[in-house]
Amino acid sequence: MNTGFLTLFKIIISAAFVDNIILARYIGLCPYIGMSSSVANSIGMGMAVTFVMVLASIVTWVLWNFIFVPLGLEYLRIMVFILVIATLVQLVEILLKKNVPNLYRAMGIYLPLITTNCAILAVTFLGVDYGYTLLQVVVYSISVALGFTVALVLLAGIRERLRLARVPQFWQGYPIVFVATCLLAIAFLGFKGLVK
Amino acid sequence: MNILIPTVLVGALGLAFGLMLSFLAKKFAVPVNPLVQEVERVLPGANCGACGFPGCSGLAEKIASGEAPVNACPAGGPKVWAELTRLLGQEGGNWEVKRAVVLCQGGKGVAQVVAEYSGVASCKAANLLPGSFKGCRFGCLGLGDCVRVCPFSAMHIDPESGLPVVDWEKCTGCGKCVAECPRKILALVPRKEQVTVACVSPDSAREVRKVCARGCIKCQVCVRTCPEGAITFENGKIVISREKCTLCGLCIEKCPTHCIIRVGKTAALLEVRG
Repeated sequence: MNTGFLTLFKIIISAAFVDNIILARYIGLCPYIGMSSSVANSIGMGMAVTFVMVLASIVTWVLWNFIFVPLGLEYLRIMVFILVIATLVQLVEILLKKNVPNLYRAMGIYLPLITTNCAILAVTFLGVDYGYTLLQVVVYSISVALGFTVALVLLAGIRERLRLARVPQFWQGYPIVFVATCLLAIAFLGFKGLVK
Repeated sequence: MNILIPTVLVGALGLAFGLMLSFLAKKFAVPVNPLVQEVERVLPGANCGACGFPGCSGLAEKIASGEAPVNACPAGGPKVWAELTRLLGQEGGNWEVKRAVVLCQGGKGVAQVVAEYSGVASCKAANLLPGSFKGCRFGCLGLGDCVRVCPFSAMHIDPESGLPVVDWEKCTGCGKCVAECPRKILALVPRKEQVTVACVSPDSAREVRKVCARGCIKCQVCVRTCPEGAITFENGKIVISREKCTLCGLCIEKCPTHCIIRVGKTAALLEVRG
């Protein structure tokens, strides 16, 4: 297919930037706000989310197309997809605890919370809803995770700067972070219309 | 519609995932230090954050690994310290028990109130206003930020004076109120009987007299009165040396504005003359 590469490129750009999961769709804000206090940790979170997102998309896509659609069990979607995501998060947790204990401690509650990170559920849903092929789903989930990581690292960088700023007492903490997020979202609005 | 297929399918999926996870959890198991749990049991469990670590479990890990000292928990006091020393088999060191004290007596009828405040009932908000609603720029605003932040319910606002009072029986010396007060009126002091100046205003006598009947006017009568030479006037502030003070109370009697107070050994309230 000669348009295959172009389609994939479109998917990458639109998933990572134009329809950025956080700044354009406003999905997955909980870990976004919670894990953006330092750039190093935000990169770790981005990697964990990428891992879970890509694997979950592949597994759910296979389950969906080969088991649930042929059997007419579409209504079980939420339950089974969450089951898959929860399993993968547990997997990441076990691996991180063993191999990267520092990151495991820094992530704290936000690691198990990837389970309920709506961004991942949204990607698994959208992947099958858009009728993508397996390759497209893989590219799509990687791009979304990339967009998530980019937004997370950007905000983490801003928050590291913010620590030096004299923020009024009542704006300290999350309020000023949400303001920074809004400004980032406005900046990402510039990507609108890039992909037709 | 056949209910068997979805039931079996979801059940099989769950079973497969569960088996896989339990297998991996065994394979990648990380040995947990049992000492961490024991240390955590000893810690107060208030998760007040006064130690600077994320909650009691965070501190427990650090103490067990030796990265934090056994006296890192200011809230637990000597009891927790002694218990931890025993647990970790360490000897020596000493524990200085601290308590918070309010260094302002400018309550109702004592300090001048220049405006009626109807904003957010928080010292921090009131303190943002230039000069705020009290005549004294350094005095207690009495809106209770320290009371609200106390994790041990050791503080309350005295209805008569409108000033916060620390209950030394409940106070653990964690220092949260000291950090919270926007005017830096609270201080941590060793828990023992002592004499202290209950006024933080650095203003001159004229300014202080204008706004408060119980403020320090820097007359230095106490400096001259003290037979032990324990009281000095340094950088515009009265300083009472805890080492030299014999608690004779002469300065308390002589102070014209009654701003020197005796802080009790165990009692929460301050003994005030006049």
